[in-house]
Amino acid sequence: MVTMNNPEPTPSQMRLLIIEDDRESAEYLAKAFREVGHVAELAGDGEEGLALAQSGDYDVLVVDRMLPKRDGLSVIGTLREKGDTTPALILSALGQVDDRIKGLRAGGDDYLPKPYSFAELLARVEVLSRRRGGPSEETSYRVGDLELDRLSHQVRRGATEITLQPREFRLLEYLMKHAGQVVTRTMLLENVWDYHFDPQTNVIDVHISRLRSKIDKGQERPLLHTIRGAGYMVRDGLR
Amino acid sequence: MTAFGKLIRTTAFRLTLVYLFLFALFAASLLGYFAWNTRRMITEQITETVNAELSELDQQYSRGGIRGLVFAIENRAMRPGANLYLLTTPQGQAVAGNIGSLQPGVMNNTGWANTVYHRLDENDSKKHFALVRVTQLSGGFRLLIGRDLEERQRLFSIVAKAAQWSVAIVLLLGLGGGIFVARRVLHRIDAMTGTTQRIMGGDLSERLPVGRSGDELDRLAENLNAMLDRIEALMAGLQEVSDNIAHDLKTPLTRLRNRAEEALADAGNEMEYRAALERTIEESDGLIRTFNALLMIARAESGQARDNMVDFDTATVARDIQELYEPLAEDNGLALEVATEPAVIRGNRELISQALANLVENAIKYGKPTQPAPDVKPSVLIEARRDAEGVKLSVTDHGDGIPEADRQRATERFVRLEASRTLPGSGLGLSLASAVAVLHGGELRLDDAHPGVRATLAMPGRDVEQAGA
Repeated sequence: MVTMNNPEPTPSQMRLLIIEDDRESAEYLAKAFREVGHVAELAGDGEEGLALAQSGDYDVLVVDRMLPKRDGLSVIGTLREKGDTTPALILSALGQVDDRIKGLRAGGDDYLPKPYSFAELLARVEVLSRRRGGPSEETSYRVGDLELDRLSHQVRRGATEITLQPREFRLLEYLMKHAGQVVTRTMLLENVWDYHFDPQTNVIDVHISRLRSKIDKGQERPLLHTIRGAGYMVRDGLR
Repeated sequence: MTAFGKLIRTTAFRLTLVYLFLFALFAASLLGYFAWNTRRMITEQITETVNAELSELDQQYSRGGIRGLVFAIENRAMRPGANLYLLTTPQGQAVAGNIGSLQPGVMNNTGWANTVYHRLDENDSKKHFALVRVTQLSGGFRLLIGRDLEERQRLFSIVAKAAQWSVAIVLLLGLGGGIFVARRVLHRIDAMTGTTQRIMGGDLSERLPVGRSGDELDRLAENLNAMLDRIEALMAGLQEVSDNIAHDLKTPLTRLRNRAEEALADAGNEMEYRAALERTIEESDGLIRTFNALLMIARAESGQARDNMVDFDTATVARDIQELYEPLAEDNGLALEVATEPAVIRGNRELISQALANLVENAIKYGKPTQPAPDVKPSVLIEARRDAEGVKLSVTDHGDGIPEADRQRATERFVRLEASRTLPGSGLGLSLASAVAVLHGGELRLDDAHPGVRATLAMPGRDVEQAGA
């Protein structure tokens, strides 16, 4: 079972609906989500999933692409038609890697091809759930004494102004927008660089370490943390 | 099925039968036409002779009266091979001629008739046939002139016999020939069937026998053999790929398992368990990456990705990739540079980016010379160029390079050249780049950069006017 270093404070509890026809992986997912403190319900086919999604109040839907009775994309499409904006993450089986665009077009909010790691799924689901709550499009972010102004493109740590390259700025912006949440390498590659592939090397790590040397170097309290086996997190507080 | 049953079911044999029937029909009708025409000619000849004699005898009668006529008839009847003559009185009494008996009633009607007769000097009971003409002379006398038809009949029987024999011979030879041809064909087909069955049995190295005649069966065999060569090559490729997959996935899987086992046996506290588990996750991520790379290649090779093709400038991709990898290169002691000119292509931006990224990753991994020149920082150059040939996205390093002999192999799936065995990587980078280039109608080229490697994605470009359309 995957265990995670749950950062303090624990992220707010989520209610998840997992629509997946493979019982074993559905139960594994549910158990894993419950272990990190979320509530997970299961639906075994498209019809059941649609009915549950319409009646219950969920924070995030995890929908398998191929489902009996009703296709995953059709479930999401139907919900969207009825004005339901519950964030949905699409899981796609082997061989359907190319369907990402189709999935997002049908109303999905994120897309993850199988095989995936649970850490990746968890990070993405948490980001989706956060997206829903409150206006995230703030003009500035603040974590500890680190401040990022999205309008003037200024970054300060305490009284010191930090000069960042444009890409470093976007990287920090994304990390700070999701402060307190794990952000995976592929999420960074997708959202900061707009690439949807896995680099075989630690290309993101190098960018992070450059960024870290600019914002955390010589500081008593590091803000940019590495979460082993998962990704990175900007958070105020010692691990 | 018996051998004979098999034989008569062959196409060759059936064709022979059809030809045989047609040929026999043709021969029979030819002979029939010949016989009918000959008969007509003989009849005409007889008619002419009889008519000529009649007019001569009629003249004799007008000149010498009945006496002269009788004399002339007797005279003519004596000749060897004479025609038939009979002169009767108005009462029907024979006066002169060489006919002993006639079919009754023949003399009663004038004109042409077929009749049975006997000559005066013949006593046998054999029936003779004749074509005769009866004329009424002035004074009530009747004259019959005719000719025997035996000749005609004989000819007819000769023709009939010839027809029988020729049809018999045609049938015999045709049937024999058909069986011979069918057996030959059957023999070759049997050989082919036997080989095919052995191939189906699993021996892919078997080949169909090819004769020297270059006929349609040989051509078929040649084509089937070419197909088998292709299948064998594909199977060998597949075999190699699965061997490599087995090898490249087995190694990390074994490592994964060993670590887990080790942790179970040795780890004393939570921290150690945690560390072991985290390493396990990292290892799994590597496996997932390898799987994803395989899927990407499959996707590029199957042409599925053609759906998402758009026009874009590869120069932008080159600059983006440079920006993404520059820090990594820097960390590895390499300067990553970029030089671009507008080079628009219609394609899958995602895949092209991935292919270029793979080339850059390779250059960063292998681009450092083992004996670097002092105070010169080794560099890697990303270029996007547009020339008459099309768009060229290239990555040039100045490392130790790939030996000429290994260059072809380098793009194959899972091939990791000896020198690179120790470095991390799935061995799929170049094969993905190659598959992407092929998907866009181009190719991946590996050239010597003196020293180092220049890897180029050479693909057909898109004109700006065309792109705007």
